[in-house]
Amino acid sequence: MNNQANETPLKNALEVRGLNFFYGKFQGLKNIDLDIAEGKVTAFIGPSGCGKSTLLRALNRMYSLYPGQRAEGQVNFYGENILDPKQDLNMLRARIGMVFQKPTPFPMSIYDNVAFGVRLYENLSKGEMDARVEWALSKAALWGESKDKLNQSGLSLSGGQQQRLCIARSVAVKPSIILFDEPTSALDPISTGKIEELLHELKSDYTVAIVTHNMQQAARVSDFTAFMYLGELMEFGQTDKIFVKPKRKETEDYITGRFG
Amino acid sequence: MDTNLYRRRKFVNKLGLFASMLAMVLGLFVLLWILFILFKNGFAGLSLAIFTESTPAPGSEGGGLANAIVGSLMMVGVSVLISTPIGIFAGVYLAEFGDDNKLASVTRFVTDIMLSAPSIVLGLFVYAVLVAQVKHFSGWAGSLALALIAIPVVLKTTENMLRLVPGSLREAAFALGAPHWKVTNYVTLRAARAGVMTGLLLALARISGETAPLLFTALNNQFFSTNMNAPMANLPVVIFQFAMSPYDNWVSLAWAGALLITLSVLALNIIARVLFRERTAG
Repeated sequence: MNNQANETPLKNALEVRGLNFFYGKFQGLKNIDLDIAEGKVTAFIGPSGCGKSTLLRALNRMYSLYPGQRAEGQVNFYGENILDPKQDLNMLRARIGMVFQKPTPFPMSIYDNVAFGVRLYENLSKGEMDARVEWALSKAALWGESKDKLNQSGLSLSGGQQQRLCIARSVAVKPSIILFDEPTSALDPISTGKIEELLHELKSDYTVAIVTHNMQQAARVSDFTAFMYLGELMEFGQTDKIFVKPKRKETEDYITGRFG
Repeated sequence: MDTNLYRRRKFVNKLGLFASMLAMVLGLFVLLWILFILFKNGFAGLSLAIFTESTPAPGSEGGGLANAIVGSLMMVGVSVLISTPIGIFAGVYLAEFGDDNKLASVTRFVTDIMLSAPSIVLGLFVYAVLVAQVKHFSGWAGSLALALIAIPVVLKTTENMLRLVPGSLREAAFALGAPHWKVTNYVTLRAARAGVMTGLLLALARISGETAPLLFTALNNQFFSTNMNAPMANLPVVIFQFAMSPYDNWVSLAWAGALLITLSVLALNIIARVLFRERTAG
């Protein structure tokens, strides 16, 4: 695998080196090497079961919740190996946020949904917190729709709004990276469009990694694309190049819809 | 086409339907019969005196159930205070922290046994370890016996309700960097709130009619008493003693007590159902 993604000198937020991942005895990822550039959107595509979500969940150690899942190798987050057993997972996850496939608003008010993560790590006054909540909801393009019902349950929002609430919740903590695990696969086209616009805006402040089933989405939103197949990284490079002139036959077959 | 085969299948179908309808009617009939007898005798015995006067001495006229009502409320109340924290904490432990460990699987096993243990055994246990030691019956002992019945019910429902909370919600909270106890306390337990409340109400309904464990522990008290350290009157035991007595006013008081217990259990069940429906709808 050639790693010629860095033509212009880009700073890497994450460097994955020789990453192997195991679900018990089953190996889900095989020797992955990959750089995630700072301030860019990196998309992971590939057929179901190829390991793209597994890779994403290794980047914030989500897998550590489940005994029996383990990773070997290195994931360097600005130089610090996050796979180190001594890594403080709560601190790590506060700096590497995650948005999931299904919207998961907490059973509390819209305001508290956003404030929940902030309260864990910052001691803000009421006024500062109000400002932070407004800022985060605006970042997620939800402020206009929610400003008059901040005290209502997060569950009262529509599916697309709930997903934007989850994005606001992640943004509010001010992480340096946000991981998106198929964030639009449970949403209608209009909500999907809104989330994709958001991804564009978010990358000015955050490094974004997104797993998607939808190749057009990868082509629309990402700067770099990684194509994965059967737990291996088949091809990785600038999105334009991957989609226009893929190097490998498997990549071409997948993006032209011949399989997957 | 074999029309004979078809006709036979239709006949068997009708037969099956008829049999299940018959079973339903039979069950319903018995239930209605019980309620009818209970309401007829219970309402006849109901009066204001039930709530203001205490159980009468043998041979004396009138009387009420005030001491038994207050005693029951106090003992059930104390046992809820004991069993709620233990049941909920243990349920949280089993659902959130005890996936792969010996202590949790042993607890789960013991809970299942406790759930189906005859209540008279639990009463006998409290009699042996508490009543026989201090050498007198008491409200505390009654509360303890009732709590032993309620704990596994609360524990089991709490665990089951927490397990119904989707894993994605937990992951979302962990993904913000929340420590495990905050995830459990602010997100998971909150999402399962209505279900846990339902468990509490069902446990309450279960213990408010228990007689056997109280016979060994609280016994009964003919007089009005709020002393938890002394024998205490309570509805189930009063019903047990009065219903079989030769005095008409005692029998009628027993019916009134039975009606009160039934109505409160009914009310608790309805509240629990409404709560649970809201949970599943929300």
